[in-house]
Amino acid sequence: MIEFRKEFFANERDDNLNEIGKPTRRQDILGHVTGRSPYFDDHLFEGLLHIRCVRSPHHHARIRRIDISAAEKMPGVVRVLLGKDVPLNLNTLLSLLDFGLDDEPVLSETKVAYKGEPVAAIIAESEAQARAAVKMVKVEWEVLPHVLDVEDALKPGAPVVCDVYPTNRFIYHGKFDHQKLRYGDVEEAFNRADHIVEGRYQMSPIEQAPMETCGAIAAPEVNDRFVCFTSTQGLFFSLGTAAKLLTMPSSRLHFVGGTVGGGFGGKVDSMHEPLAILGAMLTGRPCKYAWDREEEMQVGAPRGAERWYIKDGITRDGRIIARKFTGYFDSGAYTRLSSYAIIKGVGHLPGPYTIPNVYADVFCVYTNRTPATAMRGFGITGVDFAIEAHMDKVAETVGMNPIDLRILNSYRDGDMKAHRRLAKNCALVECCQVVAEKGGVALSAESRSATSLTGGGGERARLPARTATDQAGAVSGFKGGNYARKGGGASGPQPVAMPVAAPAPAYANSPQRPAAPAYQPAATAPPAASPPTPPADTARHGALRFSSLSGFRRR
Amino acid sequence: MAKKPVTFMLNGSERAAFAEEGLNLLEFLRRAVGDLSPKYGCGQGTCGACTVIIDGETHLSCLTMAEAVQGRKVETASGLANGKVHPLQEAFMEHFAAQCGYCTPGMLMSAKVLLDHNPSPSRAEVIEAISGNLCRCTGYEPIIDAILATANTRRLA
Repeated sequence: MIEFRKEFFANERDDNLNEIGKPTRRQDILGHVTGRSPYFDDHLFEGLLHIRCVRSPHHHARIRRIDISAAEKMPGVVRVLLGKDVPLNLNTLLSLLDFGLDDEPVLSETKVAYKGEPVAAIIAESEAQARAAVKMVKVEWEVLPHVLDVEDALKPGAPVVCDVYPTNRFIYHGKFDHQKLRYGDVEEAFNRADHIVEGRYQMSPIEQAPMETCGAIAAPEVNDRFVCFTSTQGLFFSLGTAAKLLTMPSSRLHFVGGTVGGGFGGKVDSMHEPLAILGAMLTGRPCKYAWDREEEMQVGAPRGAERWYIKDGITRDGRIIARKFTGYFDSGAYTRLSSYAIIKGVGHLPGPYTIPNVYADVFCVYTNRTPATAMRGFGITGVDFAIEAHMDKVAETVGMNPIDLRILNSYRDGDMKAHRRLAKNCALVECCQVVAEKGGVALSAESRSATSLTGGGGERARLPARTATDQAGAVSGFKGGNYARKGGGASGPQPVAMPVAAPAPAYANSPQRPAAPAYQPAATAPPAASPPTPPADTARHGALRFSSLSGFRRR
Repeated sequence: MAKKPVTFMLNGSERAAFAEEGLNLLEFLRRAVGDLSPKYGCGQGTCGACTVIIDGETHLSCLTMAEAVQGRKVETASGLANGKVHPLQEAFMEHFAAQCGYCTPGMLMSAKVLLDHNPSPSRAEVIEAISGNLCRCTGYEPIIDAILATANTRRLA
């Protein structure tokens, strides 16, 4: 049940809209209910081959030898792939954004760093034959000590999970082994606070568990191209990743996707497309690489575990004057998207509250667990849980109603945030008021009369007079660059100049696309339930002010 | 590998195809017959995405041998619309009962068998009927609403 509370910010709203606020049908719903939506596995190919991976039974082990001779002789086996068959067998997903160092092989050749890491791939006529051949690959393992806890992984002498990051920490901006936020001076504020409240919070990994498991089918196309039907959530992301790993121009890859059987973030890792295309390249036949449910749960990257320590300094009247975070993201064995999750999470600190002194050290930590990746709001969800649980603890300590505490400390329009942007479009005060009303919670008179529009700005818009900084966790040998590129000249493959493609021929019989109808605002104004206050400033009227980018809305 | 001919009725039409020994009905329908509406979700009978109707009852096609449908009547989601969309399909569209759509074909099969046996189910009976069909997107409420709405519309008609 959705309830629109249009009495809030009534003069900033434009209800003269065509679509928003009205129910509409999904454009793909007819295909869904008739069973005709084309998911990646709904494309049939004559002579389809099946790929299954040989996976590590250990959390952490060196590979001494891989013997594929028996597997190659198994019925139906067409080819066995090893790391040496992958043109560029090292990647990090965000290298497409120049963020981080290549750290993860497609098929590992030297060591494995998590249970289920692939070291070889069988291509066979049937899935059952591929499964049977997987069992015949003999790997000689040298089991290494493993580490499964983020704080253990940061202790001196902990096993090195990923050789690219020998301290088990991602390197931020080429400068530090963690992401820092410094705003004001928390230690000075702790000294004058009436209360100190500390807490430790953690969240387990969470599997996205889409109904459709991840997979891709690739097949040779005419014109020396490969078509790839995929369950990916990021079609061009997967295209770029495949082009990099296979060292071929992306113009030779024809990706088809968009019909995804549930993703929730777990289908961005582009694990399947490169291997399926490589199979099609080396066999000349269509190849399917898809996880079964067990693989989806065991090796599919989850939302990563997080652990947070929060320390607050509070005055007697409930104002939070300092908040200090130490955070550990469990990235698992490789980076995938955890480095980015922390950038996003630290930008979100200290939560939606105006706190004049904020400090955070957040580590992206490598452990011998399944690599973590995206999932619905990742980077924010875990720390928000920690922050809100901590707010309740603070309320208990100072003897305040937890909603009153939140309203007192909420961002107001015009407040300076810890990442040095002014808060605008704030609405937490109003949300808290409605929650209290719905929950039958009696608020203080101050909370009832509070609004996001008043009380902000002025002194609260100022940056701290002094911010305490430090060099803890500084690293050397990394180039700043955009993010975290390693310095020192040519490392890794250099971009190859691609031949300039001929201009596309104009097809005489290409169907003419009808011109899109011009935008027409809704003709009739909706009936006003309660007469909204007419906008004082007509020049600022309209939905444009809702854009967080335009900056036109109230500040 | 030995192959067996399997002749059966699929959505009202007689079909015949060869099944390799040990092939399950899900793969048989998808690869040998070409009906792609039943979906693979787990291959172990826990998710219900592969649900089909055999002689009026729901079955998990991933746990059913292909040769078991010899001479029997099989219905799938692709046969539900007969000339025009089925009232259940219309209700699923109207009530936003599908997001990614992957569980929908199996969900529709369970709903159809329920309404065929019990034209006026209670909410609890609807929940029981789809309890073998997992959905990760909707939270089930829109699906339950759609099935109940179909039953109501039929009663009024």
